[in-house]
Amino acid sequence: MASKTPISRSTAVPSRPSAIVEVGKKILSELEAGDFSQEDIFAVHLALEEAFINAIKHGNKMKPEKEVKVDYSVGSDKVEIFMTDEGNGFDPNSIPDPRSGENLYKTEGRGLLLINSYMDVVEFNEQGNRVHMVRYKEKPRLAATASQSQA
Amino acid sequence: MASIRPRIGVEYAEKATIVTFTDEKILEEKDIQALGESIMSVVEQAERLNLILDFCNVSFLSSAVLGLLIRVSKKVYERDGQLRLCNIDPKIHEIFKITRLNKIFDICRDVEDATESLAAAH
Repeated sequence: MASKTPISRSTAVPSRPSAIVEVGKKILSELEAGDFSQEDIFAVHLALEEAFINAIKHGNKMKPEKEVKVDYSVGSDKVEIFMTDEGNGFDPNSIPDPRSGENLYKTEGRGLLLINSYMDVVEFNEQGNRVHMVRYKEKPRLAATASQSQA
Repeated sequence: MASIRPRIGVEYAEKATIVTFTDEKILEEKDIQALGESIMSVVEQAERLNLILDFCNVSFLSSAVLGLLIRVSKKVYERDGQLRLCNIDPKIHEIFKITRLNKIFDICRDVEDATESLAAAH
């Protein structure tokens, strides 16, 4: 049985797209071991990729000497990831909605929408160079709870 | 032979050209760029191309691939062609729904369905 103590790790990776592969593998294998669903694993994988690409491209401007710090913890009920780049940061509210009007035909700009859609908590620090993401294993199931209480 | 990833398979059928992604995960920028070049070279071979992109092997992709699909789609339509996507895994289909790209791409169940859809468009 999985331990209830969350597994926490911290690592720093260089600003190249393939650098997230190893960290991603570790996080996803810990989710597998922790009995997270395939939906959870898919969601975390996607959010991790999108957040990392944003960090190296828009944050670190693809400068190889700059790193991205990834802190994560996998507990019995949730996975939590902090990703910090060395850039100046950005205002997440300034990102246009990629689903509206002509934006729909743009070839970029969907990463943040996907992160927001697949993670339960997404928040940025004031500077905008660190994202905090959480995905819960169990989601509140209001209908099920209601039917159980009636039974 | 040098291995270029991700690979594609190309089938020239009577009524359509079918490009199948052979890798399970399409993620890295350089792979996506190489993939784009391979698909564009197929698109540029003919005017009024009926192109089917078959995702039967793909279980994971990032938003950069969506950008590539938009570029391919623009190129195909510029050349008076038609494009259909098919065999999309439900989890990936969800990505299309979230981004509303299901509104601009014609997504079909399988290759047969896509071929019929192309025939009906003419």
